[in-house]
Amino acid sequence: MFESSLKQLGDALRAKQISSVELTQSYLDRMAQLNPELNAFITINPEMSLAQAEAADARLAAGTAEALTGIPIAQKDIFCAKDWLTTCGSKMLHNFVSPYDAHVISQFNNAGAINLGKTNMDEFAMGSSNETSYYGAVKNPWDTARVPGGSSGGTAAAVAARLCAAATGTDTGGSIRQPAALCGISGLKPTYGVCSRYGMIAFASSLDQAGPMGRSAEDLALMMNVMAGFDERDSTSLQRDKEDYTRDLNKPLTGLRIGLPKEFFAAGMGADVAKAIEAAIAEYKKLGATIVDISLPNSKLSVPVYYVLAPAEASSNLSRFDGVRYGYRAPEYGDLADMYEKSRAQGFGAEVQRRIMIGTYVLSHGYYDAYYIKAQRIRRQIAQDFVAAYKQCDVIMGPTSPSTAFKLGEKGDDPVQMYLSDIYTIAVNLAGLPGMSIPCGFGNNNMPVGLQIIGNYFDEARMLNVAHQYQLATDWHSRAPQGI
Amino acid sequence: MSWEIVIGLEVHAQLSTNSKIFCGASTAYGAEPNTQADAVSLALPGVLPVLNKGAVERAIKFGLATGSHIAPRSVFARKNYFYPDLPKGYQISQFELPVVGKGLLHIEVEPLSGDAQPYGKTIRITRAHLEEDAGKSLHGDFHGMTGIDLNRAGTPLLEIVSEPDMCSAAEAVAYAKALHTLVRWIGICDGNMQEGSFRCDVNVSVRKPGQPLGTRREIKNLNSFKFMQQAIDYEVQWQIDTIENGGKVQQATILFDPDSGETRMMRSKEDAHDYRYFPDPDLLPLEISPEWIEQMRATLPELPQSKQARYVNELGLSAYDASLLTASREMADYFEAALNVITPSPQSSPANGRGGELENQSSISAKICANWIMGELNAQLNRDGLDMTQCPISAQQLGSMLARILDGTISNSGAKEVFRTMWAEGGEVDAIIESKGLKQVSDAGAIEKIVDEIMAANADKVTEYRSGKDKLFGFFVGQAMKASKGQANPAQLNEVLKKKLAG
Repeated sequence: MFESSLKQLGDALRAKQISSVELTQSYLDRMAQLNPELNAFITINPEMSLAQAEAADARLAAGTAEALTGIPIAQKDIFCAKDWLTTCGSKMLHNFVSPYDAHVISQFNNAGAINLGKTNMDEFAMGSSNETSYYGAVKNPWDTARVPGGSSGGTAAAVAARLCAAATGTDTGGSIRQPAALCGISGLKPTYGVCSRYGMIAFASSLDQAGPMGRSAEDLALMMNVMAGFDERDSTSLQRDKEDYTRDLNKPLTGLRIGLPKEFFAAGMGADVAKAIEAAIAEYKKLGATIVDISLPNSKLSVPVYYVLAPAEASSNLSRFDGVRYGYRAPEYGDLADMYEKSRAQGFGAEVQRRIMIGTYVLSHGYYDAYYIKAQRIRRQIAQDFVAAYKQCDVIMGPTSPSTAFKLGEKGDDPVQMYLSDIYTIAVNLAGLPGMSIPCGFGNNNMPVGLQIIGNYFDEARMLNVAHQYQLATDWHSRAPQGI
Repeated sequence: MSWEIVIGLEVHAQLSTNSKIFCGASTAYGAEPNTQADAVSLALPGVLPVLNKGAVERAIKFGLATGSHIAPRSVFARKNYFYPDLPKGYQISQFELPVVGKGLLHIEVEPLSGDAQPYGKTIRITRAHLEEDAGKSLHGDFHGMTGIDLNRAGTPLLEIVSEPDMCSAAEAVAYAKALHTLVRWIGICDGNMQEGSFRCDVNVSVRKPGQPLGTRREIKNLNSFKFMQQAIDYEVQWQIDTIENGGKVQQATILFDPDSGETRMMRSKEDAHDYRYFPDPDLLPLEISPEWIEQMRATLPELPQSKQARYVNELGLSAYDASLLTASREMADYFEAALNVITPSPQSSPANGRGGELENQSSISAKICANWIMGELNAQLNRDGLDMTQCPISAQQLGSMLARILDGTISNSGAKEVFRTMWAEGGEVDAIIESKGLKQVSDAGAIEKIVDEIMAANADKVTEYRSGKDKLFGFFVGQAMKASKGQANPAQLNEVLKKKLAG
C-alpha cells in the first residue's frame, strides 16, 4: 500500500477497498514509527487528519470524490493551514497557529485530500540541507548520517520514506528539486505564477513557487491538477485556463529535442553524478530524443545574482516578524528598539540573520545600484539565454545538484559551499521557468542522483510527459531506501 | 535686505474608497480598534496585497484635474522601516515611478495684511503617488504599554508633492485650500481634516534674494489651515532668527505644537531613515491605458478653475469672488442654481437697461447673487455652524427672492426681512412678501401723489427747503415713506422728491 501510486490509492478508495480513515491511520502509524528518527515532520495532528479522513469517506460514500479525495498528503510547514501550527521552521513562529488557509491548502481541502502533517524545512526556506530548521535537522532516509537537501527536506524525506503518499514543497532557488534529487524522489517547480503564493510564507517573493513532490511524474501531474490555477489574492498569479497536467503523459518522445547546456557539464559536478546523468541521456536517446548542445552563458552568474536578489527581498519580507502582533517576543527587553533587536536576535537563526543582513546591505543607500539594480539586469540576461536556447530545443537537461547527499554538518561552517549546491537550479528560478528533478540512478555511497528537466514557460505537461516516459522505461523512481 | 521664504508642500489625501488599498477591509472611520484589521492589515505570514482599482481611478481623476502627466506604467515600491503601527515593517508606496507626474494648480491668494490685493498664482505639482497609510499607536491607559490600532493601516492615500513655489504662509494656505477644494470637488477624498483625511507636511526654508536655496525643515502632519499658517510663521521667524544670530539651520523633521504655537524637533538628518526602497515583488507594475484615462475623464465634473474662468469672463465677477464661489462644489452648484432662477427673460426684465449700451444683464444678476451668497448667506451659515449642504434656504428660494429685488418688487431691506423669514420658517418668497406687506410702491403716479400730498401738508417746510435748508430733504423722505407705509421704492421716491422740491 505504501508503494501505491496516487492513482492506485484513489481507485482503491473509490472502490471501497480501503477507507480514508484506514489509509490515514496506516500512515500515521508509520509516521509514529519512523518520524522520530527522520524528523521529517514538525507537526503531526492525528485528530485533525482523521477528522478530514472521515469527511473524505463521506464524500467517497456519496460518490462526489475527486482524484485525490481521501489521500493523505503532507504539507510543507511554509503553508498556512487553518488551526495548524505553522512555523516555517523557525523559533520566530513557534507559537503561530494560522487563522487561515493558504490557497494551496484550500485547493487540497476542496479536493478532499487529507492534511497528514506539516513537514520540516530549513528556517524560512533558507538552506540546502534542512540543517537550519529550529526543529532540528531532517535525516536522509537513504543514509541517516546524511542530509535530505533543502529547504523542502522534510517533504523529500517523508516521501522517500513512504510516510505520505505525496507532499508539497516550495522552490526559491532549488528547494524542491535539490532535496528531491538527494532523496531519490520526483519534484516539480512550476512556472512562476502557476501556483498561488497566497498563504505561503514569503522568502523571496519574485522567486518563490509552490510545487508537488512525489514518487513519480504521474503523481506530480495529479498533484498539479489540484495545486495550479489562478487566484485573485495573489497579484502575480497567472490568469490561465485550467489544465489537465496528465493529458500528455503517454505521448511518445520521438523527435524530442533535448538541450544540454555546456555550462552544466563543466567542472564542479561529481563524477558519480555525471555518470548517472550521461546514462539517463542515453536512455532518452533510446526513447527517440535527439541531443542539442546549447549554451547558457550567463548562468554562471546565477549564484551571485541570486544571493543579492533573494536576501534583498527576504530582508523586507521578514520585517513583519517583529514580536509585536504574533510569533516570538523576547521575554525581557527595555525600550521598543530593544524589543525588536532581542526578539529578532533570539527568534531568527544564524542563516536567516545572515541573509537579512546581506539583503539590508544590498538595498542600502549607495549600494542599491551596484548590487540590486545590476543583479536585476543580469537576471534578465539569464532569462534571455533560456529564450534563445528554446529556439533550438524543447527541454533542457542536466544535473539537479553537483553532488549526492552530503553528510550532516559537512558544510555547516561554509555558507558559500552550501550555496553552490544550488548552482544548477537557481537560474531556473531567476528566469521564472518550470524545472523538475527525477531520480536517475545512484552515485557514491549508493546515494540517489537527480536528473533536472527544465521546460519552457507553461510547459509543465510536456515535462511531466518527458519524465513519465523515462519512468516507464526505468525503475529508479520506485526504488525505496533500505531498512525503511 | 529682507528674507525670501521658500515653501513646498506634501499633502496626504485619503482616497474615498470603501475598502483599503490592498485588501477588502473597510476604511470607515471611528470603528472599535482593530475591528477593521483583516489578515492583510495585520500582516499575517503569507498574506499578499491586491491593488484596489478604485484607488487608481481616483489617482487618475486627480491627474486629469491638474492637467498632470498620468504614467502609463508606474511601480509600487517598499519603503522599509520598523514601527509598531507599520505591521509589515514596510509601507507600500511609489518611489521612482509615480502614477501621476508633473501638473499645475492655480491658486487665488488672499494676503494676510489687510491692505494688499488678492492675486493669482500657479503652483507646479511635482508628482502624486499612491500609498497605504499606517495604523495608529495609542498611548492611553494600557498598563504602561502602547496600544496598536490597525484599522487605518492600509487606507489608500494619494501623496501630492508640490514644487517649492510658495513664498508666504498665505500662499501655502491658499495652495492647500485649493487642493482641499479640488479633491473634494472631484470626489476622491472627503477632506475631513479632523479625521486626518487631508494632512499636510510643509517644507520651509529662507534665503536672501539671489542666494541658493536655504536648508529646509519639514513640518509634519498639519491638519488645519490655521495651524499651517501659525506653524509657517513661527518656523520662518525661527529660521531667520537662527541665521541672524550666527547659527545654521540643520535639515530636520519638526512638529508643530498648537498649544504653545511653536515648532519642535522630531528627528534630525542624522537620524533620518535609510528606507531601502525597492520595487514590491508582490505587485505587478500598474498599467493605465489611454482608454481607462478617457473613461475617467468622462466622469469628471466641470472643474473649479474652469468655473472660475467662466464666472470672470461671462458673468463679469472678480477673480477673487469667483474663487470664493468655487470654494466647494456645493457652493458653486448653489450659486449657479440661484442664478438660473433670476437670469431674466426679456418680458420679466426690469427697466434698467439704461444708457443705450446693452449692459450684460446676467452680470448684474451674477453680482447680486454672488454678494448675497458670500455675504448674508455665508454669515448666517457661519453663525449657525452649518455648511452649504445644510442650508435651510434653497437656491430656488434665494433666486426667487433676488429676482424680486431686481424687478423692484422689494427693497434690499425688504429682502433681508424675506431672507430672515425663510431662514427661520421657510416659505415661498412671494407669499412672504405678501403676508409681510413688503411690496414696494414703484408706480410713478402713486409716488407722485404721495409726494404732492406731503408737500401740500408741509408747505412751510417746502419754502424753507427751497430757501436753502437742504437738510430738510430727509424729512420729506421720512414723511413720504411713512405715508407709503415704508413701501415706496426708495430710489424712485428720491428722484420724484428731488424733482418736485426743486419746483
